[in-house]
Amino acid sequence: MTTPRLSTGMPAPDFTLPSTPDQKLRLSELRGRPVILAFYPADWSPVCGDQMALYNELRQEFARFNAWLLGISVDGVWCHAAFAVDRKLHFPLLADFEPKGEVARRYGVYRPEDGFCERALFVIDADGVVRWSYVSPVGVNPGADGILEALEKLGTGKAKR
Amino acid sequence: MSRLTPSVSDSDHRAGPDEAPVTLVEYGDYECPHCGRADPIVREIRRRMDRRLRFVFRNFPLVEMHPHAGHAAEAAEAAASQGRFWEMHDMLFEHQVALEDSDLIRYAKNLALDAGRVKEELAAGTHASRVRQDFRSGVRSGVNGTPTFFINGTRHDGSWELDALLDALERAAKGGPRSESV
Repeated sequence: MTTPRLSTGMPAPDFTLPSTPDQKLRLSELRGRPVILAFYPADWSPVCGDQMALYNELRQEFARFNAWLLGISVDGVWCHAAFAVDRKLHFPLLADFEPKGEVARRYGVYRPEDGFCERALFVIDADGVVRWSYVSPVGVNPGADGILEALEKLGTGKAKR
Repeated sequence: MSRLTPSVSDSDHRAGPDEAPVTLVEYGDYECPHCGRADPIVREIRRRMDRRLRFVFRNFPLVEMHPHAGHAAEAAEAAASQGRFWEMHDMLFEHQVALEDSDLIRYAKNLALDAGRVKEELAAGTHASRVRQDFRSGVRSGVNGTPTFFINGTRHDGSWELDALLDALERAAKGGPRSESV
């Protein structure tokens, strides 16, 4: 069952997911800094400059707001590990693998008919509250302009325009 | 809807009349194979639309993926500072597989630029901030990979194959001249 997408102002549901074959990450452990949670359908998207590769290039921009960046898909840890090495990704990819898509369902962004999640972005503030979210058509990479605007509105960062 | 921010200005590399009814902006990376494939398509479109099109190129080097893209972009900017941006731009897309610093300097020589100056400026990172500024503007504009095109300030999410892109541009042209200022 898929719940409706979380709306702004709601607390982000906590979860613990593997970030590497031998490490787990719990969302609530990241309190104190904003979190960008980027759900995406699958590793190994065939295009250059796909969504995760783009965000990887933008780490410096996100760091200006002191924000954590987390990618999340239903792919398993070994798949994520190989993908991260191949694309030289330097941020955690979480495996929403078992039970499959459970976290995506709780955020209301699972596509049961496809077996993967939406391209959905959540910006969560330092207190764990959803401040912005966006679901892109699955075929359209949403870029990062919305994320940066949301981080600016949080006003917690050190960044200036 | 993702909008070009900031809009086209005098500091941009522009080809075609400023008063053209359509402005096509490309955010591109000289080492990206997709941009390499898009380049002849853009050239053909520029040829066909001629004075009805203004084309603008902004740098969006994905340097984690393409280790030569940063310096290639800086080389184009170095050429721009000698008044020869488009010649270097074309040269780089024609030689995407050879973008080492030594290649970039050779291209500068072939274009009869002051190659010593290009070499010094690459080493000093003279044009790195300009490239970064383009990159940041791309991020703010919703660039989501390379190439990303904007037609009269709006991100073009459709295909950039010749017929599809030309069709989108012609539709924008029928809409008449449009201001890009926000």
